[in-house]
Amino acid sequence: MLFWQILIDGFAISALYALGATGFTLIFGVSGVLNLSHGAIMVGAAVAAWAAASELGVGPYTGALIGVLMGLLLSFATYFIAVRPIQRSRAIAESEKEIFILTATLLWGIIIQEAIAYLFTNNAKTVLPIVEGVTNLFGVRTPKNEYFTAVVCWVAIGLLWALVNRTRRGKAVMAASMNPRGVTLLGIELSSIYLTVWAIYGLLAGVAGILLGMFLGVSSYSVGPLTASAFSIVVLGGLGSVSGSLIAAYVVGYLETATAYLISPAYRTVPALLLLVVVMYLRPQGLFGRR
Amino acid sequence: MASFKIFMLTACATALVSSAAWAADPIKIGVIAEAQAVAGSSIAPAAQLAAEEINAKGGVDGRKIEIVVYDNHSSSAESVRAFQRAVSEDHVNAVIASYISEVVLALEPWAGRLKTVMITPGAASDVITQNIAKDYDHLKYTFHGYLTSSSLAGLVCDAAKDLLVGPYKMKTAVIMSEDAAWTTPLDAGYEKCLPEIGLKVVDHIRMSPDTTDFTPIFNKIEGAKPDVMITGISHVGTQPTVQWKSQQVPIPMFGISSQATNSTFWKDTNGAVEGVFYNAVSGPGVAVTPRTLPFVDAYQKKFGNFPSYAGYTSYDDVYMIAEAIHKAGGTDSDKMVEALEKTDYVGTIGRIAFKPKGDPNPHALRTGKGYITGLMLQWQNGKQVNVWPKELAAGSIIWPSFIKLKAASN
Repeated sequence: MLFWQILIDGFAISALYALGATGFTLIFGVSGVLNLSHGAIMVGAAVAAWAAASELGVGPYTGALIGVLMGLLLSFATYFIAVRPIQRSRAIAESEKEIFILTATLLWGIIIQEAIAYLFTNNAKTVLPIVEGVTNLFGVRTPKNEYFTAVVCWVAIGLLWALVNRTRRGKAVMAASMNPRGVTLLGIELSSIYLTVWAIYGLLAGVAGILLGMFLGVSSYSVGPLTASAFSIVVLGGLGSVSGSLIAAYVVGYLETATAYLISPAYRTVPALLLLVVVMYLRPQGLFGRR
Repeated sequence: MASFKIFMLTACATALVSSAAWAADPIKIGVIAEAQAVAGSSIAPAAQLAAEEINAKGGVDGRKIEIVVYDNHSSSAESVRAFQRAVSEDHVNAVIASYISEVVLALEPWAGRLKTVMITPGAASDVITQNIAKDYDHLKYTFHGYLTSSSLAGLVCDAAKDLLVGPYKMKTAVIMSEDAAWTTPLDAGYEKCLPEIGLKVVDHIRMSPDTTDFTPIFNKIEGAKPDVMITGISHVGTQPTVQWKSQQVPIPMFGISSQATNSTFWKDTNGAVEGVFYNAVSGPGVAVTPRTLPFVDAYQKKFGNFPSYAGYTSYDDVYMIAEAIHKAGGTDSDKMVEALEKTDYVGTIGRIAFKPKGDPNPHALRTGKGYITGLMLQWQNGKQVNVWPKELAAGSIIWPSFIKLKAASN
């Protein structure tokens, strides 16, 4: 019974982690940007979906759509306000740009977080679930929305895979992550690749934020922990490796769930963080990292 | 939040049109509160409302009351800085501070060092007043304007006895509370009073306020098979409530759930709060005293929403400070303390009087018959309905469909 409980809960949580981390790692892989406003974008999308439903009275589907659009909007805003000006700046030395972008996205995330807290208070909000009710599987009573969350996450990850491997645009994105200079030599504008990646990222972060809002709820306080969890999953899996992130998401998700059930919910995140420290010692490039 | 914005606009407007008709220096009351938190965001607007009412009637002995607001971002360190600034730069005569026990405990020694009267409209930890008992001469400037955690535990037990043990023959309970300063005395109170009313405590779960996934906690509670969950939550609220509903945990939630006292909680939880019971000192439409409903109406008219629990007390606190200054004949802090200790004031939450020096909890509110008795409300169809005590009840219990009552007799 407890076994099934951990298996089912862990699966849903891990799928959500995987979706959240995929976009994060994709951006890093293609443009070398570690986006520390990640959590703020996820929370922004979820709060927009909540506000649309509770303030404007729209249904769960329209609410979710508005949330995804907000994710997209915030993603582009992050790129145009915090990232691109630094990438293009002549005043900042090339070697220092990474740390400038890191700081800029961190501050941008805090701006979004504070704006959310002031406009909608720091109380947690929950997004209207698309699927209501509970179902009994192996004697475990689980909200149907939890299964729905896992399914949507995997469909989104599958679509991303198809996009990257089956479409011309996607292949260009993949190529840019391997060798940006080579892509430009082929006549593909690197800046348009970046736009595509930030668009994909916005959609992924938006969907992940809304699903999280339905499943567990979010508040402006969630911003930091969400960025930190995406960051540690991506580092564990190997920076820039999408498949590494997916596997790491499941390792972290199950480790956390098992800890919460078998030891105590209070220590939920401890073993995963310890594992991260150990991996950093023994294999600094992460489990599946290339560099 | 809208209330806070409207309030800031009004405050600015009032400052611009400040009249020259006042006889002497204004009385300044500093308000240090959490503008971003639902419970804290009513504190400053409610204080402003009270000040305007008093000023409209001529102020205190011809002196106008001015409210000076500081947003503490829910941080103790920022609160201490605000307190120092309030006293040494803005020269406030008294401070109304916070709904968070940790913040008030950090400010308490500063109220003593800077000899400035401070009332908290919303913190609950018993330690606030226990400190005063230990070092009265230094800490006497702090007053506890809300119920202590141990009295809250007592009121929850009183309500549980009448509502659950009597009619529904409930026998077992699990205590579920968040790990914070205010719940330590609350849990001790629950552990003591629940068995006395006939509810055996079969498990006790203290969770981290950072918890986001409550599934393992509800799973453990269900495993203990209690008749009811007795709650002590304030920093968390939306997440356990929504997950309780979405996972259809068949055990009622009953106790303290501070966020559920806010009228916006229905929206925050998309209605998942349906059926949740929460203790409060006031509620929509409940005329606890003749002052309650006029206050709620005025607040709603001015700010467009309903006050949180700390709004009621903050409003009363301004009146009590005004009365104390009038009785003390000025703003001398020691004389104000003496006057406040003699407070006997019918406010929005009941008859307010402080426990005297010598009591284990000096400057805590008196509770029980004739003073503050508290209410037990239940969210029903989007409304907060008072179900206890009987003489103030506006309806009776409605159980959500997923709740399984083991030994229902009614």
